[in-house]
Amino acid sequence: MDYFAQQLINGLVLGSIYGLIAIGYTMVYGIVGMINFAHGDIFMIGGFIALITFLILVSFGLTAIPLILLIVLLVSMAITALYGWTVERIAYRPLRHSFRLAPMLSAIGMSFVLTNYSQVAQGARVKPVPPIITGGHTLHEGADGFVVQLSNVQIIVVLTTIVLLALFTWLVSSTRLGRDMRACEQDQTMASLLGVDVDRTISMTFVIGAALAAVAGMMYLLYYGLVDFFMGFVAGIKAFTAAVLGGIGSLPGAMLGGLLIGLIETLWSAYFSVEYKDVAAFSILIVVLIFLPTGLLGRPEVEKV
Amino acid sequence: MSGRVSANPTASSQATHAPGIAFILKKALISALVALVLFSLMIGVRTEAGPEGQLIYWTRFGDLAAIVAAVFGGSIIIELLRQWWGPVGTVRVVPQPVQSALSLAGRLLPPVLLIFTFLVPVIFYNERYILDLGILVLTYVMLGWGLNVVVGLAGLLDLGYVAFYAVGAYSYALLATNFDLSFWICLPLAGILAAFWGVLLGFPVLRLRGDYLAIVTLAFGEIIRLVIINWQSLTGGPNGVTGIPRPTLFGIPLSAGDDGLAAMLGIEYSPTHRIVFLFYLILALALLTNWVTIRLRRLPIGRAWEALREDEVACRALGINTTTTKLTAFATGAMFGGFAGAFFATRQGFISPESFTFHESALVLAIVVLGGMGSQLGVALAALTMIGGFELFRGLEQYRMLVFGVAMVLLMIWRPRGLIGHRAPTVFLKHSQAISSDLVKEGHG
Repeated sequence: MDYFAQQLINGLVLGSIYGLIAIGYTMVYGIVGMINFAHGDIFMIGGFIALITFLILVSFGLTAIPLILLIVLLVSMAITALYGWTVERIAYRPLRHSFRLAPMLSAIGMSFVLTNYSQVAQGARVKPVPPIITGGHTLHEGADGFVVQLSNVQIIVVLTTIVLLALFTWLVSSTRLGRDMRACEQDQTMASLLGVDVDRTISMTFVIGAALAAVAGMMYLLYYGLVDFFMGFVAGIKAFTAAVLGGIGSLPGAMLGGLLIGLIETLWSAYFSVEYKDVAAFSILIVVLIFLPTGLLGRPEVEKV
Repeated sequence: MSGRVSANPTASSQATHAPGIAFILKKALISALVALVLFSLMIGVRTEAGPEGQLIYWTRFGDLAAIVAAVFGGSIIIELLRQWWGPVGTVRVVPQPVQSALSLAGRLLPPVLLIFTFLVPVIFYNERYILDLGILVLTYVMLGWGLNVVVGLAGLLDLGYVAFYAVGAYSYALLATNFDLSFWICLPLAGILAAFWGVLLGFPVLRLRGDYLAIVTLAFGEIIRLVIINWQSLTGGPNGVTGIPRPTLFGIPLSAGDDGLAAMLGIEYSPTHRIVFLFYLILALALLTNWVTIRLRRLPIGRAWEALREDEVACRALGINTTTTKLTAFATGAMFGGFAGAFFATRQGFISPESFTFHESALVLAIVVLGGMGSQLGVALAALTMIGGFELFRGLEQYRMLVFGVAMVLLMIWRPRGLIGHRAPTVFLKHSQAISSDLVKEGHG
């Protein structure tokens, strides 16, 4: 039971990270109707920028951990958001009214560009960092000596996710930008006729998605203590799985899907085999799409001729 | 999806009056600023694990400045080129003689290309490098033609084609090393097994369309690769399968021994014989793929594929069984992938999961899309361009994939419909009519 509780905690933390990435997929899919293949790599770039900012700050002699974390978070969000904006501007905008496969292939190309760009720029080796946040709380000590622990990193990851989600929900539901985004999701032509700047709204969607992915990248760095140039691919597919599982286009769905994927992956590793955890995650994607093509919280797509 | 009509009010105003110098400079300056922020940390600072395992970093501001300057200059050049070229939508009138010359060249190209390909081993007999490159290009031509059945004809977006390539390669490798079966028995078996996996993938994805289909096939490809890596007792895991037998000419080995082909023909043995044999083998396999595809296109099933590509709902309304249509497309494409995989295994003599990554699927898909989705000649030319281009960058190992990605993005922007973007139907009533892009919904599955 204790073992299960511990895995539950680990799964929820991992799920928060997936959920943050999944929001970027689901938003872009909802508005532009394409799978932003490069989004996983944006997450990876976010991790790298967090790492580099952290190194620089530490070498400048900064020691206050909360201040460092805040600066790292802001810098990483800002620069990664610019990456998201640039990718949309260069690779997707010229193809927006092209045939459907074109933006998808362009996105795959962009994903290769980002992966190999960071390999060339930062080297192929895994970058480890010493634990930045240490310590934790013992929640329960079992009779057999197994301890259920909640580390401070895990608390920070979950708290940050909750705060960001609240902020983001507010942004989508009660600001001008959120209203524009929802309008574009329903009908871009009509929205533009009513004075919504569609280009700008789509750009902002990519910017926000990238900023959230940057947070996920930083959380990944804090939680696992390493980044490498190839981590975006698998994390990206899993986050996309999460978005599909929750119902693509639905924001609470993305978070729910992320948590579920995180839980399933952790529990699968804990009780079955670590080697096949990715196989489990991908199999879930296939099974979900067969039996629940609209996901858990998604709306059915109307088939039109 | 929604929003097919242009919703870009600024585009028309930009196109009408040509921007001046100040505008170009301003744009370049903004680009340079963006580049400065983008690359500041990723290029300007280099991290590496130090001697004690601790991360260290050093700065590379020179590189950063060079790149930002390059972006500034490049932005000006692109803007000038854009002005010189005119607005994107301009239709360029091609004079009649040029047009007829082009169409003549288009008709002559396939036979000329084919004859040249047949003569490559004769012309370049002593150039091992060119023969090897030719084999590689032909392998990708075959993969492209195989995937073309699924993507180009049936319109099913498959991002996991490499799975069937892997199934074919491992089928041959395992059958040949464990049961001593010859290449010519294993080749059809590999094709059948791959086709079987194609149907197995096809069943669950019958109801899916477009992007969903793409992501599921991608997941399927990854699952196959992960299973190959982890099922060590069968596949050897990451170490792969070694000692895969070389192909024989229907039982006659191409070796230096007394029972070898060279000894039987009474000529001196040379290792090039095998290379030439492999070249003609893959050429024959590729041409078989091409021939079968062309024949299938004229059969009811081929027409059903093309109809499915254009509109699935209309297809169903006309009484076409979409289930069998999709499954046969997957199975046919997978079978050719399996053949190519078996050839790959026998040519290499060694296979490992590293050869079957997502990158390979993306490369083959890029070849098909670049070739114009459905055009056999286009796919062959695209394979030649892509693999040949890839070889040009062999010296720049590190930058190869980067260049590949950039090329993919630029080609999509420049020619979203591929180098040969024709979509004339194979079967028509009175006259062949190109289909307007507004009327079709590729990728919807």
